[in-house]
Amino acid sequence: KKTANILKTDVRDLFKSEGRLIDDAFLDEMRAILFKTDMGYDGVEKIVEEVATKMRGRVVTLEEVVATWKTKLTELMSQDDSPIRFAKSGPTIIMVCGVNGAGKTTSIAKLAHLLKSQGKSIVLGAGDTFRAAAVEQLTIWSKRLGVNLVTGEQGAHPASVAYRAVEECIATGAEVCIVDTAGRLQTQKNLMAELTKIQQSIRKLIPEAPHEVLLVLDATTGQNGISQASNFTEAVDCTGIILAKLDGTAKGGVVVAIKQQVGLPVKYVGVGEQPEDWALFNPVEFVNALFAEIDGTSPD
Amino acid sequence: MFEALQDGLGSAFKTLRGKGKLSESNMRDGLKLVEKSLLEADVSFPVVRQFMADVTEQALGEKVLKSLDPSQQVVGLVYQELVNLMGPVDNSLHLLGKGEVTVLMMCGLQGSGKTTTCGKLGRMLKESGRKPLLVAADLQRPAAIDQLHVLGEQLGIDVFSDRAQKDPVSVCNEALKQAKKLGADVVILDTAGRLHVDEELMGQLQRIDRQCNPHQAYLVVDGMTGQDAVNSAKAFNDALELDGVILTKMDGDARGGAAISVKHVTGVPIKFIGTGEHLDALEEFHADRMAGRILGQGDILTLVEKA
Ligand SMILES: Nc1nc2c(ncn2[C@@H]2O[C@H](COP(=O)(O)OP(=O)(O)OP(=O)(O)O)[C@@H](O)[C@H]2O)c(=O)[nH]1
Ligand SMILES: Nc1nc2c(ncn2[C@@H]2O[C@H](COP(=O)(O)OP(=O)(O)OP(=O)(O)O)[C@@H](O)[C@H]2O)c(=O)[nH]1
Ligand SMILES: [Mg+2]
Ligand SMILES: [Mg+2]
Repeated sequence: KKTANILKTDVRDLFKSEGRLIDDAFLDEMRAILFKTDMGYDGVEKIVEEVATKMRGRVVTLEEVVATWKTKLTELMSQDDSPIRFAKSGPTIIMVCGVNGAGKTTSIAKLAHLLKSQGKSIVLGAGDTFRAAAVEQLTIWSKRLGVNLVTGEQGAHPASVAYRAVEECIATGAEVCIVDTAGRLQTQKNLMAELTKIQQSIRKLIPEAPHEVLLVLDATTGQNGISQASNFTEAVDCTGIILAKLDGTAKGGVVVAIKQQVGLPVKYVGVGEQPEDWALFNPVEFVNALFAEIDGTSPD
Repeated sequence: MFEALQDGLGSAFKTLRGKGKLSESNMRDGLKLVEKSLLEADVSFPVVRQFMADVTEQALGEKVLKSLDPSQQVVGLVYQELVNLMGPVDNSLHLLGKGEVTVLMMCGLQGSGKTTTCGKLGRMLKESGRKPLLVAADLQRPAAIDQLHVLGEQLGIDVFSDRAQKDPVSVCNEALKQAKKLGADVVILDTAGRLHVDEELMGQLQRIDRQCNPHQAYLVVDGMTGQDAVNSAKAFNDALELDGVILTKMDGDARGGAAISVKHVTGVPIKFIGTGEHLDALEEFHADRMAGRILGQGDILTLVEKA
């Protein structure tokens, strides 16, 4: 909070209401603000360069400068209204993956909660057979939410658990199956190959599945998010990102770089630890939050 | 083998080779690459800015400008300054003598690796002849207590938990009493993950801190954290007066610039790095290795030795 306030005063001083000359000092202040969003070097420098070439020497107001960026980024981050692509017939299979501790299991609970409230019948697959008490964690969620769960023994191959979950979904006529997977760093070759295998085993039952492969990204993640997105996309057919933990002070700006470099859109955001702390990704709100310090529109 | 930074510095300086002395503007171009490298490694922007100001001053001095190989000189200078920023290193847990009970507390954001790190520290302590007790003070996350029990079983280490209790402060207090009965000499408190802006949960953490008086309070930080690392680390340090930091998930390809950010705002030493999910994947922190990693070149050490 404190830093945000200092920042705010600084920037406000820069932009007196009558406007300010765009010079090197100005551009450098912009850099400071943009970098804090985790947007990354290339993204920041591109914006700064654009402001420099188009506006250098002009006297502008804060609103003018910010408005141009906002429009562009909002366009870049725009997404479909209904981000889950449901199967035309038969059950929809959703696979969830990501690095350790990003928020996969909790996000699954949230997504299941949402879909259930829309009247859909759901089966969860406890595909994390590795981490201590991962199955227990998902079991607690399934009980709380009142949804079906398929588990394997500790140490069972996750591909077989995923297979059985989809099988159960088909057999019971459920509409959606969400498969949890163990956290893994994108550099772990064996574990990434295992992820590919999970996807393959789902396809044995439904060739066009999984209909969605969601990558969960922790909003506090910095530039490593790009490597996460590109490597997970290589191992499985990722369709979008869940940006978890956006309820803190981190802005999750790395998803801008991911959209540009990997092409993965953000579909949902997680904003807390409870099932209802979940929202559709809203590009306008997201971009506003990126620039909250400059705007003075932040609530605090 | 020289990686991006060295290559970039080399070519930034090469243009002037043969034309005489390295110019100041040429040096500034080279330093831009250093700045880029640090920002891509997620070092906090204000810290980068301060760092670059300091380094630039030195790099523009006669000694570097007139040297035979200024790119090596600059890399050496940058590297040394980074090492200094992350020091002094102190890997000790500052355990009390045998017969006395040392209390360690883990805290941090959700999913940073606290519970796993409790297990790793427990294992390390057990191997060194201590008798640790793990305490399940996370009453929030589904199956958090089970998770710690599984780790305790794998390691053959006692775990204290009370599933009926709603208040983690009471759990910790009770655990300290139990520790004496069980003959444990190190108590490790596994607290729930919390956001630094969550006043209620930060208050709860302070209550544990005040009532149990841990000898060491460690912040567990995800090594992949970006610019926000300064905000969370500062808030935890303000609330608790941290004694150390543990940086996790360093087995991936994250450059780990958060190490510098966190050291900068808290001033406390980075004790260990987590290098895997397995319970033996805990290593002492080394500032020199970390500096090389942040600069994006594993071979920087050899480079500096040659310089
Ligand atoms: N504040 C906040 N916490 C979250 C959010 N999503 C998840 N968490 C918390 O983050 C921690 C890790 O979440 P999990 O769902 O277990 O993460 P995971 O990716 O399944 O972890 P692994 O299976 O161990 O890789 C838990 O304490 C969750 O309660 C969120 O949107 N906001
Ligand atoms: N690759 C890797 N994974 C790690 C490391 N440390 C922890 N993890 C994993 O990160 C995930 C989260 O770890 P936890 O120990 O549950 O994290 P936590 O901070 O206790 O999480 P909460 O209690 O939910 O806040 C798990 O999947 C761990 O196995 C590490 O050093 N490397
Ligand atoms: Mg999980
Ligand atoms: Mg935990």
